Amino acid sequence: MKRRNVAFLVGGLLVALLLAGVVSNFASSAPDGLDATAKRGCTTDSQGNITGGTCMAQSEKDTPTKDSPFAGYGESAGSRAVAGAVGVLLTFAIGGGVFWLARRRTHATADRD
Amino acid sequence: MHIANGIIDGQVAAAFAAFAVVVLVICVVRGRRDLDDRLAPMAGLVAAFIFAVQMLNFPVLPGVSGHLLGGALAALLVGPWVGALCVSIVLVVQSLVFADGGLTALGLNITNMAIIGTAAGYLLIALLLRVLPRTPVGLGVTALVASVVSVVVASQGFVLEFWLGGEVKLDMSLAHISAVMAGVHTLIGIGEGLIAAVTVTTVARIRPDLVYALRGIRRREAAERDLVAVGGAV
Repeated sequence: MKRRNVAFLVGGLLVALLLAGVVSNFASSAPDGLDATAKRGCTTDSQGNITGGTCMAQSEKDTPTKDSPFAGYGESAGSRAVAGAVGVLLTFAIGGGVFWLARRRTHATADRD
Repeated sequence: MHIANGIIDGQVAAAFAAFAVVVLVICVVRGRRDLDDRLAPMAGLVAAFIFAVQMLNFPVLPGVSGHLLGGALAALLVGPWVGALCVSIVLVVQSLVFADGGLTALGLNITNMAIIGTAAGYLLIALLLRVLPRTPVGLGVTALVASVVSVVVASQGFVLEFWLGGEVKLDMSLAHISAVMAGVHTLIGIGEGLIAAVTVTTVARIRPDLVYALRGIRRREAAERDLVAVGGAV
């Protein structure tokens, strides 16, 4: 692979790691648009637990992966940094792997390089 | 906008999972032509970048946040077929490793964010890049508008799914749910659009050859030039 392609990949990954590992600690922890809508009609306590009313979120169940070591992207800044880095590298590995296996094996468009 | 387990009934979730599998197979078949030795790792990077930015929830209303979904951004950078696959890979990793989005709701989430979101975003991109100037501003405006539409349409995917298989009988009408989802996701879409616009114009400045939307234009321009040349020769 050409050097400038490797440089772009490495640079892009570093930006993603910085966003997921560091900047994510400044992200909002409020429920997102769907979660907030799903709790409409219910009353909640300070932890966000449903205390009464009728809303979509009442039928919510735990997902089988809830005990994953990275579930919820971690609580502390440190664990969030680790979770973010793991997620970025894992997604790159799986995505890159899938796309590499699926790629065209001809060199018909090599001139576009 | 990740649906948790239990919100939508199992049969409807399974039907959407089957739909998602069929569409993703089509995406692999059609997306192959957009992937070569050089572009395959770049598409992996797009998936990793979307994972990272999805962790960045920004406030949109008091007590409500939102994050980028990435369909429009992925379509701009790697095209609609590979783009839908990028967002799907992110959703699979989030559900399996980070318990973000229910496992049985994975088909619903892929349908909304990866398939509907990318398709709606791409339709807007294809339309806007025909009429807007091919400048950084034109590309940025395309990213912004396509993202807003993509996110709002994706949010209506949830409304459809809740209509078909919502487990809780609500007092709220479906039209009301639809309006609430569209409203809050318009705000989220504007945030997403700003991130997408900055990202795609930055990549276009450094490596315009890695922006699918611009490659498409160059291909069309080349085709138009050929056509004019042929016309001249005749």
